[in-house]
Amino acid sequence: MEVKNLTCINCPMGCALTVEMNDDEVLSVSGNTCNRGDVYARKEMTNPTRIVTSTVRVSDGKSDMVSVKTREDIPKGKIFECVQALKDVCAQAPIRIGDVIAANIADTGIDIIATRNVDKDH
Amino acid sequence: MYDVIIIGAGVSGAAAARELSRYQAKICVIDKEEDVCCGTSKANSAIVHAGYDAVPGSLKAKLNVRGNELMGGLAKELDFPFERRGSLVLCLSEDDMFGLQELYDRGVANGVKDMRILSRDEVLRMEPNVTDKVYAALYAPTAGIVCPFGLNIALAENACENGVEFKFDTEVEEIRKLDEGYELDTSRGILRAKYVVNAAGVYADRFHNMVSDRKIHITARRGDYCLLDKETGGHVGRTIFALPGKLGKGVLVTPTIHGNLLVGPTAVDVEDKEAVNTTSEGLKQLLEKAGISVKNIPAKQVITSFAGLRAHEDGGDFIIGEAEDAKGFIDCAGIESPGIASCPAIGEMIAEILRDRMGLQKKEHFIPTRRGITNPNALSMEERNAMIIENPAYGNIVCRCEMVTEGEIIDAIRRPIGAKSLDGVKRRTRAGMGRCQSGFCAPRVMEILARECGVSMFDITKSGGESQLVVGTNKDMI
Amino acid sequence: MKDYDIVIIGGGPAGLAAAVSAKQHGIDSILIIERDRELGGILNQCIHNGFGLHTFKEELTGPEYADRFIRQVDQLQIEYKLNTMVMDIGPDKRVTAMNREEGMFEIRAKAVILAMGCRERPRGALNIPGYRPAGIYSAGTAQRLVNMEGYMPGREVVILGSGDIGLIMARRMTLEGAKVKVVAELMPYSGGLKRNIVQCLDDYGIPLKLSHTVVDIKGKERVEGVTLAQVDERGTPIAGTEEFYSCDTLLLSVGLIPENELSRGMGVEIDPVTSGPKVNESLETNMDGVFACGNVLHVHDLVDYVSQEAAAAGRNAADYVIDARNTDSCVRAGSAEDGGEQEIVLKPVSGVRYTVPSVIRAVHMDEELTVRFRVDDVYRDCYVSAYFDDERVIRKRRQIVAPGEMEEVKLTREQILQHPDLKTITFTVEEA
Repeated sequence: MEVKNLTCINCPMGCALTVEMNDDEVLSVSGNTCNRGDVYARKEMTNPTRIVTSTVRVSDGKSDMVSVKTREDIPKGKIFECVQALKDVCAQAPIRIGDVIAANIADTGIDIIATRNVDKDH
Repeated sequence: MYDVIIIGAGVSGAAAARELSRYQAKICVIDKEEDVCCGTSKANSAIVHAGYDAVPGSLKAKLNVRGNELMGGLAKELDFPFERRGSLVLCLSEDDMFGLQELYDRGVANGVKDMRILSRDEVLRMEPNVTDKVYAALYAPTAGIVCPFGLNIALAENACENGVEFKFDTEVEEIRKLDEGYELDTSRGILRAKYVVNAAGVYADRFHNMVSDRKIHITARRGDYCLLDKETGGHVGRTIFALPGKLGKGVLVTPTIHGNLLVGPTAVDVEDKEAVNTTSEGLKQLLEKAGISVKNIPAKQVITSFAGLRAHEDGGDFIIGEAEDAKGFIDCAGIESPGIASCPAIGEMIAEILRDRMGLQKKEHFIPTRRGITNPNALSMEERNAMIIENPAYGNIVCRCEMVTEGEIIDAIRRPIGAKSLDGVKRRTRAGMGRCQSGFCAPRVMEILARECGVSMFDITKSGGESQLVVGTNKDMI
Repeated sequence: MKDYDIVIIGGGPAGLAAAVSAKQHGIDSILIIERDRELGGILNQCIHNGFGLHTFKEELTGPEYADRFIRQVDQLQIEYKLNTMVMDIGPDKRVTAMNREEGMFEIRAKAVILAMGCRERPRGALNIPGYRPAGIYSAGTAQRLVNMEGYMPGREVVILGSGDIGLIMARRMTLEGAKVKVVAELMPYSGGLKRNIVQCLDDYGIPLKLSHTVVDIKGKERVEGVTLAQVDERGTPIAGTEEFYSCDTLLLSVGLIPENELSRGMGVEIDPVTSGPKVNESLETNMDGVFACGNVLHVHDLVDYVSQEAAAAGRNAADYVIDARNTDSCVRAGSAEDGGEQEIVLKPVSGVRYTVPSVIRAVHMDEELTVRFRVDDVYRDCYVSAYFDDERVIRKRRQIVAPGEMEEVKLTREQILQHPDLKTITFTVEEA
């Protein structure tokens, strides 16, 4: 049995979680104040994921950059692959929040979407 | 071949250039930095001393008093900020009164006008934040505060307008005597001149010693300063000095011309003539020492600290004049305090030396005046609006802390000897000099510089050289 | 000169929420004045997610969170001016502003809501010794350069300060290709949120050095490195613990200061602890009809709380305008002069640094009032308590409280009315 310590990130409380593991199996979670801590710890130990936010270059926009995010969490291990895949992406203005900027990023099945509006530069 | 090359675009070099530009001569000022006012002239107490400090009969005494007299007229002619606020030298104990009297007597001998020795009560009425321990003070109403950048830039711009050439990023590596004149190896090629003025600040000994066997030696004496928020500018109304006494040499506390409070300097001799780093001991010492003269200095309101180097020559006096064994090589060396106060007189003296030596003739169309960058904050709403209608850039505030408009920044870039860097803009307009220390305006000023100078953001520097502010674009390294 | 019922200074999260709320409470004549080229304020450069969990029950990025409010402002047809700097506010609530198109102009307001936000403390505030080369940025300036303009301020980075902006920038710089070598924090604890330490530092193996500070900056033109040293309990560097980090960039995340130059100029009384205005239960300053909310009032940890507070300020300003309309000229119902209202002082003691508001007039209180404050240290297994004069009325068990996270206690009107001669409510942290 292995014991892992985590900090819960669901809310500003940041509960100190203790997770008992047997290989890839979570035996118990303690230290959490609410159920979200339990869910987080189990997920973090077996399949950690993150929302990734980044920037993408824009052409013909009032702004040169647009902020973007993964529509949903992607595996933590895919973060660098994801930003690398965005390196040469250039979005065409106008852009609205929620527009897909890059589909199925780094083969995660998750799209990259815009998080701000960029109007066309006249 | 130039008639005169002036090495150094600090206040001395610029004052000499401006005074020489009254005459018919081909003059060039060279400086190793990217702008004027990058050495000793930019980091000092910004004080126009009254002139009681220096030993009677010394060049420092003579030029300080003369420079102080000239400063008011010069500020009007060249449109830079200067105010005669007066200064107080505090004496904290009856035992030190002889020292105060000695300063007074020196002042009289040097020709300083209107000095008075004030009683404790008079001092505290004048400056309620001065220490309660004050015993008496020497009051010199002719002392003033000036914007050293404004002074330096104004002198250089006026010289430029009167035909003086300026070459920046031009470092002198070697100087050779020719049959007639001098040859200078510089980082930008060889330059020749019949006469050389050596106004190179802490490096003036190096250049002097290249051509003269009568060696001089300049020590770079570092001084740390703390600048406080404008909210504290009224803490004292005059420059407050401490009389050197049992507690050693004190530090001064002064309002600046722009309404901040300035505390400094320390004095540490350093080997490295570029060592303008502040030290934790220095900064700590400063606030402690300042507290001896002035009470309740709000140390939490420090917005920046900096260090400057004074060019201290072993002899202790300014060295101005033709080197005895190097004809045509005019030294302007050892210019430490009271250099700012003296510079109008230094310029005058160097111009007179060269006029007599070279038989220079006055120009017919010398332009004695120069207009500074308009400060819209000093205008009425109507005047401001007229300005904005003519140029909407004056309606756009770029620096929030100092309320500097885009119009002023563009003017600073476009005028003769215009700003090329963030610090250049800062010294000319005060953008970035306020309480947020350019946190907000830096990216905007960089954009304006890039646009106005037609260069990319990667070429924009803080202060020339390798001081680039951005080094790449997002993800370019992954 | 144009007249408005409510003029809101600042179009960031506080100003937007205040405007929406004031409009919803019956005021049509509202103007938001924003100095930047778009509404949204600092949220526009906060492209990370984690905003809005309380307000929208989902995790948004900064620009998305701002957009939710901007859309409401548009739908409610609230007037705003962009690229417009407020130069001065007179004690008579006359606002002088300036922009390129209209030049300098004056606006008369019945009520003013201060929502100017805050700015970052610069290096000088810490008196960090060393050279002053290029490559020293406040974290927020770097954030703007990277997130909005796409420029990298450097390649090898040391960050001083573990406030949220510092932590967020550690991750941002890493994901844009820079190497973040270390985050140093003067205090023995981080000033940032736990989730940010985990997701911005731990995820990327960036070390956090607590009780450390920068004692020297090397590099004459561009930063070449910084020296960190450990500090003692008083924050003084300990000789012999110096460690040199070569880097080309130093980012500073060393605190935020409410921007109250305009407030001071008009005569608003400032609390020396928060650096924000002193306000009563209505978030009204000592100046009649001048309200404050968001980071200009006190620095918040979460934008959701800014929005909540600003909505209250907007509502109170609306009530103020409506009251003034309904009563004889300038005397408001229940104003201080008529003696009809008791002022209850809110007093922070042991462990609590300040409270917002700092005074309550029971007659003006809503059913429920949120009192926000910060603690001065990390306390574990403690109680956050409120004493009504000498009687303990509220006692909240807390597993942990920390200076980086804002605390709140809710007071009800009923509680207050049950204590008719109440003079002081004392807030304190007590050991369990």
